[in-house]
Amino acid sequence: MSTGTGASVPTLGHENYLNVSYGVKSWLLTTDHKRIALLYLVSITLFFFLGGAFAVLIRLNLLTPQGDLVSAETYNKFFTMHGVVMIFFFLIPSIPAVLGNFLIPLMIGAKDLAFPRLNLSSWYIFNLGGLFTLYSIIRGGVDTGWTFYTPYSSLYSNTHVVATVVGIFITGFSTILTGLNFIVTIHTMRAPGMTWFRLPLFVWTHYATSLIMILGTPVVAITLALVAVERVFHLGIFNPALGGDPVLFQHLFWFYSHPAVYIMVLPAMGVTTELITTFARKKLFGYHLVAAASFGIAVIGFFVWAHHMFVAGVSPYAAMIFSILSYLVAIPSAVKVFNWMATLYKGSVSWATPMLYGLGFIGLFVMGGLTGLFLAALGLDVHVHDTYFVVAHFHYIMVGGAVMGYLGGLHYWWPKISGRLYPEALARFSAIVLFVGFNLTFFPQFILGYLGMPRRYHAYPPEFQVLNVLSTAGASILGIGYLLPMFYLIWSMRYGPVAGPNPWPATGLEWQTPSPPPPHNFDVTPVVSWEPYDFANRPDLKYPAPAPELGHFQPAAQD
Amino acid sequence: MSQAHSALAEQFRDLEQQREASSLGMWVFLVTEIMFFGGLFMVYTVARAMHPAGFAQASRHLDVTLGGTNTAVLICSSLTMALAVYASQVGRRRMLAGFLALTIALGCVFLVIKAIEYADKFHHHLVPGSAFSFAAPEARPAELFFSLYFAMTGLHALHMIIGVGVVAVLLVKAWRGRYTIEYHTPVEISGLYWHFVDIIWIFLFPLLYLIGLKR
Repeated sequence: MSTGTGASVPTLGHENYLNVSYGVKSWLLTTDHKRIALLYLVSITLFFFLGGAFAVLIRLNLLTPQGDLVSAETYNKFFTMHGVVMIFFFLIPSIPAVLGNFLIPLMIGAKDLAFPRLNLSSWYIFNLGGLFTLYSIIRGGVDTGWTFYTPYSSLYSNTHVVATVVGIFITGFSTILTGLNFIVTIHTMRAPGMTWFRLPLFVWTHYATSLIMILGTPVVAITLALVAVERVFHLGIFNPALGGDPVLFQHLFWFYSHPAVYIMVLPAMGVTTELITTFARKKLFGYHLVAAASFGIAVIGFFVWAHHMFVAGVSPYAAMIFSILSYLVAIPSAVKVFNWMATLYKGSVSWATPMLYGLGFIGLFVMGGLTGLFLAALGLDVHVHDTYFVVAHFHYIMVGGAVMGYLGGLHYWWPKISGRLYPEALARFSAIVLFVGFNLTFFPQFILGYLGMPRRYHAYPPEFQVLNVLSTAGASILGIGYLLPMFYLIWSMRYGPVAGPNPWPATGLEWQTPSPPPPHNFDVTPVVSWEPYDFANRPDLKYPAPAPELGHFQPAAQD
Repeated sequence: MSQAHSALAEQFRDLEQQREASSLGMWVFLVTEIMFFGGLFMVYTVARAMHPAGFAQASRHLDVTLGGTNTAVLICSSLTMALAVYASQVGRRRMLAGFLALTIALGCVFLVIKAIEYADKFHHHLVPGSAFSFAAPEARPAELFFSLYFAMTGLHALHMIIGVGVVAVLLVKAWRGRYTIEYHTPVEISGLYWHFVDIIWIFLFPLLYLIGLKR
């Protein structure tokens, strides 16, 4: 960083990963996990706003019952591109590739991930896949839905299925390689004294997430490759007219795509755990159980996929078993929620921005999780299957859960990433705007779905208009809630007050090094001698007088 | 720590940690490969369960002799690869280079035989698509069988080609004396990959070639 333009702009003197070298090449050829995290941040933010643009078009079209904005065919493309971009190019990489990449080596006291060059190539692979998908969007898009059900996708659709599928196939490898890198790093790169049960929960959830990434992603990759091959060479693997089995495609697709939901939400649970303990200033309740629950979710999550297919003609016995297994996954999820509650109980809770997101996550995740149980029930699922009830449910999990967690984490670690604080009051305001906008957007959709409005239609009966208008109005508020952080976070990179190494203060190793961290993370390899989240026994973190402008506590002087 | 080894990457403390990380990384990668091929094996299982007779009939059009020869070739290549790993562990440079070269040669023999088989399928109109022809009642299942045959053996052959390339790089570096008793991790983990690709074939061979044999 330069010496600054004026006395009012404080500067960060020490050598850190941001100012160690300059120029486009120093970023595009970097192997520093922190820089790669920022590269991902830029890529996925672009994809997020692209996917968001499709959401805006969808909501605008649904303002009127006749669907005045676009034709049914165009609408099909809108919801497909919204789903494809948001799921494969934003939600799946969001927390792992940005926050996980940045934080895992810092949290375990390592200099970098185990395979830094592989990490950089993951980013290039991700963008290559993104380019294929962008190409298909520019050439006219895809209309199969993000689920690519056969034989529509492999035979009938006249849109750019192959380019999109190839894009997702390629991007899948970036996910696989990220997961591989995380697992190896967590196993082999921990600092002296950083035992398994001293790892922050953020690391545990990323380990569980990585397991899903390496076990699930290859299956969807080969499945989508078969769809592309079948489409190009007119084969019949998933085509009943040629002796194939279309339901087999659904099984293989959901074998990945249901666990993929846990790729999105498990890291957000990890973030939330960090936020709750830090801002309740209390040791996490049931550390071992929360860690085990992450694995419970990852493992059981692999055995619930057919609950997406209750009306696709699977046998009633299979349906019953998958229904019971789907209920089981609620147990570890609930364990987490109860442990967060117990951590908050009698803690000294403060209302900093990340905490607002953390609490928002819990509320919205509970809503999304409980409505998921409705959908796991065989009888009820037949009634609400493929209605807006499902749409509302998974948006509560993916947007209310994963995106709240992502933004909460981004705010919480922003002082570490940028070295500076964002404007707290504005940030809190936008967190509340986001929460209100989100609920106004998606709660009406539960009612719409229960009343019978099917998903993926560009027009609807007039009696549903009021709820649809409410939803569109909510979406515009939600949009403001997303735009505000983008502006003030970028602003804060230059003009925000200097954060110091540990502004909250929190217990993790990542807060023991300067903000932004030096290129190799720690000047001296740290040796860990304390238990995780042990606020009470960390003299360096005893909180003195509250700092009114932050709403939480000033860091104690560190040596 | 005294002098850092020239092969030690800067993120690692010592060669031991680097070896552990590389080896675990390869194992995790092989797990993803199992899931990748696993999807295809799943499709094969379902399709064959739906059309057992058609699959058996189609399978008779594969050349068991060539397939069997290839199986033997691959098993031998796994032996030479294992001996190459041993040579690297005891630090014998010429022996290491020799076994790596043998492994490459056997890998190429496999690929050539595979190419001969593919060419034969083209001549007999057994490649799925508009030119496919097969005796009437089982034509559809047979086309499905050959779709999977080409998908599975094709993906396997792609892995073989990558494997030959990897071993070729190892050979050049081994000849230059890059690998010593102290540092030979790349040979070890490439060996893991080679054996994995071999094992995939051990499953492919009976599932594709032998299901049509008279009992």
